[in-house]
Amino acid sequence: MADRSPATRRSLGVVLAAVFAFLYIPIGVLIALSFNEGGLPTVWSGFSLKWYGSLAANGQILSAALNTLIVALVSTVIATALGTLLAIGVEIRRRKGKALEALIFAPMIIPDIVLAIALLSFFSMLNVTMGLHTIVLAHVVFNIAFVCAVVRARLKSFDWSVVEASTDLGASALTTFRRITLPMIAPAVIAGALLAFTLSVDEFIIAFFTAGAGRSSTTLPMQIYAMIRFGVTPELNALATLVIAVSVTALALSQRINRTIAP
Amino acid sequence: MAVKLVPSRSTVLMAPALAWLTALMVVPCALVLALAFFRRGIYGGVDYTFTLENFANAVDPLYAGIFLNSARIAGLATLIAVVVGYAAAYAIAAAPRHRQPLYLFLAVLPFWSNYLIRTYAWIVLLNREGLLTQLLRWVGYTGEPPSLLYTEGAVIAGLVYNYLPFVVLACYAPLARLNPELREASRDLGGSALTTFRRITLPLTLPGVAAGAVFVFVLSIGNFVTPALLGGGRFQMIGNLVYDQFLAANDWPFGAALAMALIAIMMALLMLQAFAASRAEGRQSREGEEAGRG
Amino acid sequence: MQTPTGTAIPNQWEPAVTEFTVSRRALAAAAFGTVMFATAGTAVAGNLVVSNWEGYMAPDVVDTFKAATGVQAEVVVHATNEEIMGKLIASGGKGYDIVFVSSPFAEVLHNLGLAETIDHAKVPNLANLYPEAAALPHDPGNTFSVPYTWGTTGLCYRSDLVKDAPSSWKALLEPSDAVKGKTTMLATDRWLLAAGQLALGYSVNETDATKMGQVKDLLISAKRTLLAYDDTTFYSKLVSGEAVLVHAWDGWCNYGIAENAEIKYVIPSEGSDLWLDTIVVLKASENKDAAFQFINYMLDAKNHAWAAENILYKVPNKPAMESLPAEMMQQYPNMAMPVADLVKFEQLRDVGEAQRDYSRIVSEIKAAQ
Repeated sequence: MADRSPATRRSLGVVLAAVFAFLYIPIGVLIALSFNEGGLPTVWSGFSLKWYGSLAANGQILSAALNTLIVALVSTVIATALGTLLAIGVEIRRRKGKALEALIFAPMIIPDIVLAIALLSFFSMLNVTMGLHTIVLAHVVFNIAFVCAVVRARLKSFDWSVVEASTDLGASALTTFRRITLPMIAPAVIAGALLAFTLSVDEFIIAFFTAGAGRSSTTLPMQIYAMIRFGVTPELNALATLVIAVSVTALALSQRINRTIAP
Repeated sequence: MAVKLVPSRSTVLMAPALAWLTALMVVPCALVLALAFFRRGIYGGVDYTFTLENFANAVDPLYAGIFLNSARIAGLATLIAVVVGYAAAYAIAAAPRHRQPLYLFLAVLPFWSNYLIRTYAWIVLLNREGLLTQLLRWVGYTGEPPSLLYTEGAVIAGLVYNYLPFVVLACYAPLARLNPELREASRDLGGSALTTFRRITLPLTLPGVAAGAVFVFVLSIGNFVTPALLGGGRFQMIGNLVYDQFLAANDWPFGAALAMALIAIMMALLMLQAFAASRAEGRQSREGEEAGRG
Repeated sequence: MQTPTGTAIPNQWEPAVTEFTVSRRALAAAAFGTVMFATAGTAVAGNLVVSNWEGYMAPDVVDTFKAATGVQAEVVVHATNEEIMGKLIASGGKGYDIVFVSSPFAEVLHNLGLAETIDHAKVPNLANLYPEAAALPHDPGNTFSVPYTWGTTGLCYRSDLVKDAPSSWKALLEPSDAVKGKTTMLATDRWLLAAGQLALGYSVNETDATKMGQVKDLLISAKRTLLAYDDTTFYSKLVSGEAVLVHAWDGWCNYGIAENAEIKYVIPSEGSDLWLDTIVVLKASENKDAAFQFINYMLDAKNHAWAAENILYKVPNKPAMESLPAEMMQQYPNMAMPVADLVKFEQLRDVGEAQRDYSRIVSEIKAAQ
C-alpha cells in the first residue's frame, strides 16, 4: 500500500498514534501510580514499592488469587480435553449441520449476563450448593468453545492422509491419536489452553453469579470489583498492575506458541 | 480420506463436550426462557402460575424507556468505537506489511487485561483529583474542577475504551483482505481517493465492521459493570436491570424475560448483519468482475 | 486501626483499642483450656458459616471465637442485603448458619419460614440489650432476630463548604444552586424512598399510591441534581470535597468526621427512620447451638463495644455503650444520642405485596433522565 501520498500516510500515522495514546494512557497512569509512595491513589509523591509489599501481606487478596488459580487451572484442563476432542470430531465429520455449528459457537457470543443468570437459576433450582466447583462448571462452558475454535483453525490445514497412512499400517486409533494427531496439533492445543486460562482468570460476571458464599469462593476479579466499589486505593493500583502483567505474559506466550498474531 | 475410515468416531469424540454444553448452557437457557412465563413470588422466588406479564412489562413505558435509553448509550458507544476503530484498522492496514502484526498486537493487547481494571483506570483518570483535573490546573485552570466521573460521557468513554480493540480486530480483517487492485482500478478510472473509499473500500469492508458493531452493541447494552462504576448508579442499561432483578429486586421471572429480550436483540442484529453480508458478498464478486474487465 | 473501609481511626483511640484487644486475647487464652474441655464432648459438625458485611465485626473474630468456644467459624461477606437475600431465597437458606441483615429483611426471612426461633436460654447475653431493643415493632421479644447495631439516616455535610447548615430533607432533595451537583443519595431501595417519604411527612412504610407518586416525583427531580447514587464511598467524597452534602447512615458519616472535623451529621427536622441491623439464625442451619453461641459471643459487652468503637455505629448493648470513652461521644455526637430519642423514629418494615410497587418506583427513579 505504498501508493498513498505522504500527507495521507502522515495523517494515518497520527490516527494510529492517537488511538494508541487513548488505549495506553489510562493503563499507563494506573501502572505509574502503583509505584506511588503516598497514600493518595491519584497524586504522585515519590517512587515506592510499598503497595506491592502490602499486597503480599493481604490475606484476602492472596486467597482470592489462589481461588482464581484453582478455577482457571481446573477449567482449562477440562475444557482443553473436551474442546480438542470436539474440534477433531467436528472436523472429521462428513456432514456439518448448522445446528451443531451454532451450538459450538453460542458460548462465545452469548452475553455473559445471560449465561450467568441462567446458571444461577439452574444451580439454585437443582439445590446445588454453589462454590468454586460451580464456577469451574460454568467456565468450562465458554472455554470449550474457544479451545475448539483455536484447534479447529489448525485442523483446517491438517494433512489427514498421515492419519490414514498410520491406520493403514495397522496402528490403533488411540496410537494414531497419541503418536500422530496430537503431536501435530499440539501447538494449537497449548495455545487454546493458554487462551482458556487467560479468559478464566479474567472472567468476572459469570463467576460473580455462580460463586457460593463469600471468601471461600471469591475469585480475584470479584475481589477487585468489591475493592473498586469501596474506592480508589494505591493497593488496588498495585494489584491491577500485577494482573495486567500476568495477562500480558500469558497472551505473549500463547501468541509465540501459535505464531499467529491475529485470527 | 480419514473421514471415510472413521464415520462414527466423530460422534464419540464430540459427545463429552456436547453433553457439557447441553447440560450447562442449553438446559439452563431453556430454563430461563421457561422462567420468563411465571410470576414472581411475593418475597422473590417463583410462583408457578403461567403469565405473559413479564413480556408485557418489557413494552411498559417504564421498561421500554430503559431499553431505549440504554440502546441510545450503547449505540453512541458503538458508533464512536466503530469510527475510531475503523480509522485505526485502516491505518494499520496501510502501514508497511512487516509492521502490521506489531501494530495489531498493540491495539489488541489492552483487551487482554481485566475488564474491571480497564474500567477502574478511568475512575483514576476522571475523578476530581484525577489526572485530567490536575492537567487542567497545570495549564492554569483555577476554577471548580468539572465533574467528569458519574456522567453519561464517562459511561460511554468506558464502553468505547473496553471494546475498541475488538472493533479494530473486526475491521482489520476485511481491510487487510481487500484486493488492492480494486482501488487501483478505481483510481485509474479517475476516482478520487474519497470516491474510492466511499464506493469501493467502505462497501466491501462493511460486513466485517457490522459484525464488530453488533458485538459492541450487545456487550454494551448488556453491561452492568461500567454504568455501575463510571455512572454512579445514575444510568441504567438492560444489564443493570437484569442484575437488579436477580440480585436486588429478586424478580427472577422478569429478569429472565429481560435476558431473553437481550438474546432476541442480538439474534435479530446478527441476522441483519448476515443478510447484509451476503448481499455485499454478491456485490463484491460482481464489482470484482467489472473491475477485472475494466 | 482500620475501619471497614480503610479509614484511619483517630490516633487517640489507638491505645484504648490496643489495650482492649490485648486484654481480650489474654482473656480468651485463659478461657481456652477450660472451654476446650467443656466442648470436647459436643463436637459440632462442620464450620459455622456466618455471612456479614465486610468489616462489620472484628477481623480476628474467627480466632477469638474459636479460642473462646472451640467452634470453628467461617466468615463470608455480602455486599448488600439484597445480594444475601437473593442467595438465601434461592438456596432455602442452605449453606449458611448466621446472617447479618437489616430488620425488614429479617422480617422477610421470618415470613418465608427461613429464620430459626432464637433460643433465649442459649443466649444469656441478650440481657445486655437495652429494654427498648427487645421491644422493637418488627420483632417484639427478639423471637427471630437479635439487634446488632442501630441508628438514624440523615444528612452528612461539610460545614465549611455548605453555607447554611441543612435542617430539612429539602436541603438534599431541592438543593440550593451552591450544592447542586455535589450531593449523593443512598441507592438502596428503602432508604432512597425513605428520604422522599420523610420529606413529605409520610410514613417510611407508606404504601398509598397517590402519596408514593408524589415521593417518586420528588426523588426524580432530586436525581437531576445529584452527583451520584452512592452507598459505599459517600463519606470519602465528602472528605475529598467531591460532594458537600450527602444522604448518610449516621455511622458512615462518622468515618468522614474522623478524617475532617468540619464534617457534621444532622437529623432533618422531618425526622429519620430507625434502622436496625440484626443477626438471624437460619432454620436450615445444622449448627444451631454453635450459632447461638456465636450470637452470645457477639453480645458480650466487650465484643459488642468493638463494633461501636470501630465501625462507629451505636449498638443496642447497654454495658457496651457505657464502656465507650467520653471523648468519643464528644467527637461523634450522634453516638451519644439517647436511646429514648432514637426509638421515637419509625422502623422500616417489610411491606409485603407493596414491595413490588416499591421496586417499580425505584426502577422509575433510576431510569428517569
